Amino acid sequence: MSTTLLEPGQEAGRNYLNADYSIRSWLLTTDHKRIAILYLVSITFLFVVGGASAGLMRLNLMTPQGALTSAETYNKLFTMHGLIMIFFFLIPSIPAVLGNFLVPMMIGARDVAFPRLNLLSWYLFIAGSLLAMVSALTGGVDTGWTFYTPYSTTYSNSYVVMMAVGVFIAGFSSILTGMNFIVTIHTMRAPGLTWFRLPLFLWSLYATSAIFILGTPVLAISILLLGLERIFGVGIFDPKLGGDPLLFQHLFWFYSHPAVYVMILPGMGVISEVIPCFARKRIFGYNFVAFSSVAIALIGFLVWGHHMFVSGQSVYAGMVFSFLSFLVAVPSAIKVFNWTATLYKGAITYHTPMLYAFGFLGLFTIGGLTGLFLATLAVDVHVHDTYFVIAHFHYIMVGGAMMAYLGAIHFWWPKISGRLYPDAWARLSAVVIFLGFNLTFFPQFILGYLGMPRRYHAYPPEFQVLHVMSTAGSSILGVGYLIPLVYLLWSLRYGRAAGPNPWGAKGLEWQTPSPPPTENFERTPVVTEEAYAYTGEEASVDA
Amino acid sequence: MVSSLPLFPERASTIGADVDHLYFFLLAVSAVFAALIFASVFYLAIRYRRRPANLRAEQVPGSLTLELTWSLVPLGLMMVMFFWGADLYFRLARPPDGAAEIYVVAKQWMWKLQHPEGPREINELHVPIGRPIRLIMASEDVIHSFYVPAFRTKQDVVPGRYTSVWFQATKAGRYRLFCSQYCGASHAQMTGWVHVMQPADYENWLSGGATGESMPAAGERLFQRLGCGTCHRPDGTGRGPSLEGVLGKPVLLQGGAKVLADEAYVRESVFNPDARIVAGYQAVMPTFQGQITEEGLLQIIAYLKSLQRGAQP
Amino acid sequence: MPDSELALAHHFVDLDQQHDAATLGMWVFLVTEIMFFGGLFAGYALYRSIYPAAFGHGSRLCDVTLGAINTVVLISSSLTMALAVRAAQLGLRARLIAFLAATLLLGSLFLGIKFLEYSHKFHEHLVPGAGFGYSGPNSRQVQLFLCFYFGMTGLHALHMVIGVGVLLVLMVLAWRGHITPLRSNSVEVAGLYWHFVDIVWIFLFPLLYLVDLHK
Repeated sequence: MSTTLLEPGQEAGRNYLNADYSIRSWLLTTDHKRIAILYLVSITFLFVVGGASAGLMRLNLMTPQGALTSAETYNKLFTMHGLIMIFFFLIPSIPAVLGNFLVPMMIGARDVAFPRLNLLSWYLFIAGSLLAMVSALTGGVDTGWTFYTPYSTTYSNSYVVMMAVGVFIAGFSSILTGMNFIVTIHTMRAPGLTWFRLPLFLWSLYATSAIFILGTPVLAISILLLGLERIFGVGIFDPKLGGDPLLFQHLFWFYSHPAVYVMILPGMGVISEVIPCFARKRIFGYNFVAFSSVAIALIGFLVWGHHMFVSGQSVYAGMVFSFLSFLVAVPSAIKVFNWTATLYKGAITYHTPMLYAFGFLGLFTIGGLTGLFLATLAVDVHVHDTYFVIAHFHYIMVGGAMMAYLGAIHFWWPKISGRLYPDAWARLSAVVIFLGFNLTFFPQFILGYLGMPRRYHAYPPEFQVLHVMSTAGSSILGVGYLIPLVYLLWSLRYGRAAGPNPWGAKGLEWQTPSPPPTENFERTPVVTEEAYAYTGEEASVDA
Repeated sequence: MVSSLPLFPERASTIGADVDHLYFFLLAVSAVFAALIFASVFYLAIRYRRRPANLRAEQVPGSLTLELTWSLVPLGLMMVMFFWGADLYFRLARPPDGAAEIYVVAKQWMWKLQHPEGPREINELHVPIGRPIRLIMASEDVIHSFYVPAFRTKQDVVPGRYTSVWFQATKAGRYRLFCSQYCGASHAQMTGWVHVMQPADYENWLSGGATGESMPAAGERLFQRLGCGTCHRPDGTGRGPSLEGVLGKPVLLQGGAKVLADEAYVRESVFNPDARIVAGYQAVMPTFQGQITEEGLLQIIAYLKSLQRGAQP
Repeated sequence: MPDSELALAHHFVDLDQQHDAATLGMWVFLVTEIMFFGGLFAGYALYRSIYPAAFGHGSRLCDVTLGAINTVVLISSSLTMALAVRAAQLGLRARLIAFLAATLLLGSLFLGIKFLEYSHKFHEHLVPGAGFGYSGPNSRQVQLFLCFYFGMTGLHALHMVIGVGVLLVLMVLAWRGHITPLRSNSVEVAGLYWHFVDIVWIFLFPLLYLVDLHK
């Protein structure tokens, strides 16, 4: 395939990007690919805001006295960091960007089932995130992203309701995306594309969408009740008025635990695409990986109480939740083993997406194993609400989901933009991110078992060395994230033309030009082969 | 520098050793599996890299045996973790008989501790080695959490109810106490110390210093001032049931159900009296919401406990 | 251009696919609605189990007669809605408009009666919040019950209002001839939504109005 350098201004044929350059055509688009780009720009901005909050937090934690920010400011920073990163970055990330772009293409369709609802979902996301930003700028929220009552309903003086409304609205954005994916995958598959020929990315997005559908409404109700209590003082959660603070925790975590599977499942789907491609192998254990996605989504709804082992819920409830939490770890383990086995007898290249996949394998493994510590009742009593938990979930969400997201961006960038990026810089930043990440978060496991609590703006001096290590790591991590921003933007103008399939990958999306035309396929393709039908001999572009 | 880089917390409670052993087991299993995955990925990624000697991948069929093995072996190990953890958790939740009780009231942003014998402490807790101690905890405002890393114990303190945690200290010294449930602006300042003392030193400490009123005495005063005795006559002939020896015994309710009259039931009866009424009595008790502080109610409970022991405060 | 071509959106392969997508989409949306109301039902169940007597008192403050009338009204409106869907599928424009109008009227009647109930409660100082004034026992928990009463019926009423809006739009579309047998998905999907809102009421009515009725 050709890799001619494009002259600046030279068109690469008529495609979804150059079909119409007007702002109106972007803001009123119903093309799933353009909506994906709109999401990409929005969440990148929000990631920078969330990341900056974290940077300030880590800087403050360099000294035990926490001299950089006041306690109140710090409390608002960690609240913002959590809210933005979870609701406005991670949850949409892969589904709203890569999912929106790829779902129709992977099944041979022209668009998702409800293109206008898709656009509405982006506007809802923007509205929610604007409210969140306004609440941050006008004074902030200091309840933590978990909004525990009665602090959030009765005691906090911050802009809880405004932020809560922002999250509420953004939740509907997720619901619409989930609806669209489920209906699209069910009803619009190309002829010959049976369920068990689907790319595993779609299995994981389907499972994710099921969680969107079943879980997000419960978050919506929790937030609604929180808002009503705060405004009208009625007493649903405040014990002084006859309410039960634990009811809020149950309602909140009923959504927020499955939410973490929303954050990791799509990433797992990406890994299932990247490893077969760069090993030139069919994935090992397709059925097991597919069913594992479903199992994670289902069992994931039954474990929420593991956030409440010391909250005052009954010992017996704790035991049930602990048991189920162990069960949910099994399908994740199955996936890790299957991905590793896919490498066996492969012909492996170290392109950037594959480096991110390797990073994912290592870091997700550590994150998942440390989850077992938290599922173990007696150990969780000691490490609950300490830095151990923070380290655990950052290994999964940053070491896992974020690396998968970056891997996905690097894998499908040629398809999305029609350009290649400089692989050397890309590999370098992957390594910098991996190293920076580990330095930031591994010390936090140690801090946690030592007893360092979460959400502390100041701490006893014996913890300082570990905190300084963590802050040093976070600076490296920050630099690591900036580098792709630079070369990816650079590639839009100066990158080599990509051609339809620079990686030699299987999948319907690679059979279109890069970038694809607005309608994706001139004629609906017909699928005759299994997923990942690699022969092993596919050529690929040189790095 | 090395001395200021702690890597493992001190251990100062009986249950602490058990928790640490379970933790080491988890660490060992995790290290083995992490090493396994890391080594496999590293090895396979290099051994099967694409190079002139290895230009063609070989498609490998799946293996049900392999899938079952690597599903069931981890599951088995996890079941060990589960049972071990659950057993220990159960023990963490059940204080031994005869545990001494100390009362804790948490509020933004301090810990108020009260020994039944009288001494009160703020952000400090003195306890003796070798005696099981049960903390009965209440919050005046939001959710807090009583966390002593050296004991490996933690329990949220939830407004509107009592929660409790127990420990038995094993080593004299001074150990950090943290609030570990975010509770507002000065959450990070809501810390303190647990001082573990030799039994003799503890007795000295208890009787020395400012001898405050004992809790049962304070509770009895409150009991009389609020007029509880008007209805709750010791012989049960009043409008309310007798409270002699009531704590810890089952009570028959209207409608036939039985409930254990523990601290939580007493609290509910004081603040929400119509909820669960004793059989044979009418719903005439007024609520005392707003008239009794958390500390006051704990003092009354300590007084009621003293009644059943037959000891006069 | 034949109606079948006008009716087909550009991203669907054929009308069957379009129809399947539309109805599956609404079913999926209704699942989210079940989970949405479900949170309120869960909270209701918890507090009713903790405060059974107070919930009985609170329930007896609700007007069973008006509630029962509303139940009949809503069930009837589901019948007219189903008939409207059938009319749309058969291309019977006049009948379609008539049944949509009947459904709309019954829905509005429901909302009117609801408004009546709410204003009674307002005048009797039974709205939770600052002006609450209930003189009976367990006033805190009765206020909690009323919180659920207003929350659940209010959320339901909001869904009814949206439904009424949708019916108005459909009536306009039908009047202009945009609804044909091949382009009747919108009516069918609106029907699913309307029936769901009806079913939620079927659960709300006994849970809120009929607790301890015999006492």
